[in-house]
Amino acid sequence: MTATVKRQPAGPKEPAAVINESGIEIKTVYTEEDVAASGGVDRSLPGEAPFTRGIHEEMYRRRPFTMRQYTGFSNAADTNERFKYLIENGQTGLNVALDLATQCGYDSDSAEAYGEVGRVGMAIDTLADFEIAFDGIDLDKITVSLTINGAAAILIAMYLAMAEKRGFDLAKLRGTAQNDILKEFIGRGTWVFPVEPSIKLVADTIEYCAEHAPKYSPVSVCGYHIRESGATPAEEMGYAFCIAKAYMDEAMKRGLDIDDFSGRLSFNFNIFGNLFEQVAKYRAGRRLWAKIVLDQYGAKDPKSGWMRMIAGGGGFGLTIEQPENNIMRGAYYALIAALSGAQTMALCCYDEAYTIPTPKAQRISLRTMQLLIEEIGLADTVDPLGGSHYVETLTNQLEDKIIEVMDGVDAAGGIVKGVAEGTIQSTVADHAFRRQQDLESGEIRKVGVNCYVEEEDERPEVEMHPYDEATAQAQIDSLAKVKAERDEAVVQVELKRLRADAEAGRNVMPALMAAVKAYATVGEMTNVMASVYGRYKEPALI
Amino acid sequence: MSPKRIKILVAKPGLDGHDVGAKVIVRALAEAQFDVVYSGLRQTPEAIAEAARAEDVDVIGLSILSGSHMPLCERLRELFVENGLQDKLWIVGGNIPLDDHQKLNDIGYAGVFSTGSRLDNIVDFIREHAP
Repeated sequence: MTATVKRQPAGPKEPAAVINESGIEIKTVYTEEDVAASGGVDRSLPGEAPFTRGIHEEMYRRRPFTMRQYTGFSNAADTNERFKYLIENGQTGLNVALDLATQCGYDSDSAEAYGEVGRVGMAIDTLADFEIAFDGIDLDKITVSLTINGAAAILIAMYLAMAEKRGFDLAKLRGTAQNDILKEFIGRGTWVFPVEPSIKLVADTIEYCAEHAPKYSPVSVCGYHIRESGATPAEEMGYAFCIAKAYMDEAMKRGLDIDDFSGRLSFNFNIFGNLFEQVAKYRAGRRLWAKIVLDQYGAKDPKSGWMRMIAGGGGFGLTIEQPENNIMRGAYYALIAALSGAQTMALCCYDEAYTIPTPKAQRISLRTMQLLIEEIGLADTVDPLGGSHYVETLTNQLEDKIIEVMDGVDAAGGIVKGVAEGTIQSTVADHAFRRQQDLESGEIRKVGVNCYVEEEDERPEVEMHPYDEATAQAQIDSLAKVKAERDEAVVQVELKRLRADAEAGRNVMPALMAAVKAYATVGEMTNVMASVYGRYKEPALI
Repeated sequence: MSPKRIKILVAKPGLDGHDVGAKVIVRALAEAQFDVVYSGLRQTPEAIAEAARAEDVDVIGLSILSGSHMPLCERLRELFVENGLQDKLWIVGGNIPLDDHQKLNDIGYAGVFSTGSRLDNIVDFIREHAP
């Protein structure tokens, strides 16, 4: 939870100072002089580099943002049913939630999966589960985003294999995997392998997709979770760009040309906070990313410099207190994402601080996004806040702040070192602590939390998602059945090949593709790779 | 002689990676002059019980946001008892529905702090109830 700005007490003559989260002092009024003093207005049109106003010429006039609520629970069959419910209600993409065992590379029958099977997402053990999860869904019409990181190479292979098996052409297949492991070490925590081999695996997926599935987005770099973990908007974007550069550098070491893959990198950013600061963050980020890719990395194709993004979530902005207020917060956050030119949007549901969202809560989030397009006029023109003295000034100032963050990371030895040693994690956690203190002292205001508080005994009416204790056993049984029916000899051959490729430092994606097709399990493949790469241990630093 | 400082283990059991709260709590407890040990992510119940015994802590604080608090807390209760930790103060925080508060109290978790709890309330509770 956080509020957006700090207000210092008013003096006898002066009004209170207002400072946004990125540390920029907000003036009472802005004029063209402020814009000029901060660097002037970028005159490029939407669709023209450096894309300050948007990556496409016509933006939502041609195609509204994709609506992609984060969904998944229990098993593949239950999740498939919810996917279809959302699609019937007008959702245009899927955003797949996997349980923690799957995300951390453990099978449902492993000791580590105890208590977690099907809990925060659906359980996936083998290709058989994916076949059920996406049954009846047209993968050419509905693009699928997989929220998977530590075990991403395996799940990407599984997704591509499933699509191929169903007759979709990989050369045309679209879709996204989160696959941003560096941010998992900073926040979210579903790492599996140590830092260096983890980055190697990201490069494996980039390289494999560039060749075999060129429309597929193998990486979505997430400022989102870093912001949830305590970072300011400027840090969110600065750290994300440093991370994206680390992946690009690794891919280019393989001899890939920047234009072969950069256009398929995408981003995931957060939308809670001060509306104008977020809009400026996105505009500044888009411009800066284009400059980085086109100027610093020398990409020739302007599309390589696109900061394509999902802007959504906002989980940290939502509160457990007075949960209905989260519906309004979600609406304002959606407005922020639309004003910012997001390609894709997803909203945390109002009941998400309590439970896996109910179908009703998910429908409300979906309708919120549809309202913006159908009723409020957000699709009518591109970058409607462009030209505002305030927003243009803030855009320039945010760009400077993001550069400052990136320079700071570089001066301290780079993002990989910072993450491996835990210094970035410490900085972000310190901010989270300060944020909590400011919230508790009332220095930042939060409705229902430290102002307009209601009686404690008023119990909010939230319908809890039922967790069926039989879910885990059913998944374990179905895993046993798949294992009994598969050709064990083929599985062992493919796992051996995976080990050989991992040991030789080769790209493991071809071996993973073969192994998933033989119905090897997520846990089996992870164990083979862990026996070569090792497993990550979190540094003791806090 | 100054009174003995209260020693606390803050632990993240299971696979849940949400550690913002745990890290905030660690900082708040340290600022309140407690001795704090943080387990890091992804600890097995066995490792947590062992750490609590080895570190000879007075208080064990668990942070769980995945919804798996009931199975994990039940398993940990068994291990705490096996390790002779039943006299220590056990507390748990995270995404814990009100319906589960009493259940957790009943199996020995004296303090249950849902998301949104104030840091000073947690600190006061520990001061009051630590053995």
